[in-house]
Amino acid sequence: MSGLKTLRIGPLASIQDQGRPGQLQQGVSCSGAADLLALAEGAALLRQGADLAALEMAGIGGLFEATGGLRIALTGAPMQASLDGEPLAWNASHQMQTGQKLEIGAARKGVYGYLHLGGGIDSEVLLGARSAHLMSGLGQLVAAGDLLPCGPDHSREVGLGLLAEDRFQGGALRIVEGFQSDLFDAEVRARFANTAFKRGSRANRMGVEMISDGAGFAAAGQLNILSEIILPGDVQMTGDGKPFVLLREAQTTGGYPRIGTVLPCDLSKVAQAQAGVDLHFTWVSLEEGLAIQGKHEALVKALPAACKPLLRDPASMQDLLSYQLVGGVVSAQADPFDTGDIT
Amino acid sequence: MTQSRFSFPIIRSAGLNGMLVTFADALSEPSNRATLAFSEAVKTRGWPGVQEVSTSLASVFLRFEHEVLRHEALKDLLWGLLAEQDWQQAALPAGRRLWRVPTVFGTELAPQLAEAADAAGMTEAQAIDSLGSARVRVLTIGFAPGQPYLGPLGAEWNLPRQTELTPQVPVGALVLAISQFVLFATTAPTGWRHVGQTGFRGFQLGAEDPIALRPGDEMIFTPVSRSDYDRYCLDDCHFGGASQEEIPA
Repeated sequence: MSGLKTLRIGPLASIQDQGRPGQLQQGVSCSGAADLLALAEGAALLRQGADLAALEMAGIGGLFEATGGLRIALTGAPMQASLDGEPLAWNASHQMQTGQKLEIGAARKGVYGYLHLGGGIDSEVLLGARSAHLMSGLGQLVAAGDLLPCGPDHSREVGLGLLAEDRFQGGALRIVEGFQSDLFDAEVRARFANTAFKRGSRANRMGVEMISDGAGFAAAGQLNILSEIILPGDVQMTGDGKPFVLLREAQTTGGYPRIGTVLPCDLSKVAQAQAGVDLHFTWVSLEEGLAIQGKHEALVKALPAACKPLLRDPASMQDLLSYQLVGGVVSAQADPFDTGDIT
Repeated sequence: MTQSRFSFPIIRSAGLNGMLVTFADALSEPSNRATLAFSEAVKTRGWPGVQEVSTSLASVFLRFEHEVLRHEALKDLLWGLLAEQDWQQAALPAGRRLWRVPTVFGTELAPQLAEAADAAGMTEAQAIDSLGSARVRVLTIGFAPGQPYLGPLGAEWNLPRQTELTPQVPVGALVLAISQFVLFATTAPTGWRHVGQTGFRGFQLGAEDPIALRPGDEMIFTPVSRSDYDRYCLDDCHFGGASQEEIPA
């Protein structure tokens, strides 16, 4: 079986897919990849389904060795990457041969980088998904020595690249009012949108702290509200009025008041903001929010068509033959469902 | 509270594709009953476009595809269903179970019984009588997989959360605050007081039914001695000797 053996790995790498929607009633958080767009990009680059699992690497990657021929793609926060010492393009798909070593370094910008395997990472399915959710006791962090096995790979195409949306440098977060927004005075809600925030130092896959100068954003006398359902994107105010944007891994219920909900399509930007990055909130109506999200979903659907062959400078190509091989040239007789090695 | 200006129930949107039907701004048996009964009714209707129905303490949440079901259309359906009966007096869904869970109250296994009893104005023995005989309902499952909020307990147990967090309580810990229990399904820090310890595992990955409890189930935490507790846990590593029986509809 093809796969990647983990020789070295950063401290917060885990297997992630689209998570576990639909199990709120059992207390199961949606969870899943912090940057869902990156999952979709990797799937498009490898010509496979976006429901497959990938390796999510927080801040820094690792060193991996191919146990068989396999395809990979790299998306999300751009990191230094090389194959047996040769630099690899980010936001692109590549071929690895048995024994080749893939090294992924630190993120140049953003937080979460993704390593996708052709056929997805075929790890154990837990409560309907492969996503690790540590607080729930689902899965573990990936450790040195772990094998990341490939699922059945139905494509051979590699050497594709994608111009990825830059969600790694903060910016505007579109937010809709929710069922607790009116716990906050109109003045507070307006000031919230007029405030320049920076991502604070407290951030993980569950939520991200927003810091700003000046007064906090306390709700008006509501500290006894009943615990209520949490949605990914909810902006929760702690007791001292400091906002946290809750991400998909947040617990399913919570008792802190929430001023509104960041649109799903802007959550990648929240997750990918490094500490100190500038962020601000922009209120949009429900109708506007639906239209913005709809446009985003259309772009995600169009990702496969947006993947183009990587442009290569022949002068820098040391071994034309190997490029031809990894370029996904298959004969007309090739069985597209043959999952054997391309080598 | 700010929300009291509402006349309940209320229907509000939640995020881009969620709707929340709220029956009260405070926990009570009738508001939780309405929540459970209404949730069941929504599921039974099977409206096209509804992707998920879940309950919190006093609300029903629906996630839906707005391409299939528009917000206003869903609100109309919900108001129509709300008008069909007095949900605060509705029958609870069928298929609920009563669980009796052997529980050690106090001792070094559950070190905060004494201070909880004190805060409620009782002796430890009175507290064990009170908590050990209470028949509580799974009001909702939340925060972590299979972790139930149970209640309501009497007003004497309306104790505030601690200001300091207990760094870690074990799986099976029975903790108490604001007239509710939580029965921990995971190891976690908590601001609630650890008054009892059970061998009940609410979440068992790999089990045929990894999450044992359902909202609406009822539980009694039967006081047992430490030696009986140890024996129950040894004999039944999943539920610590808990029994279950169907509650007649």
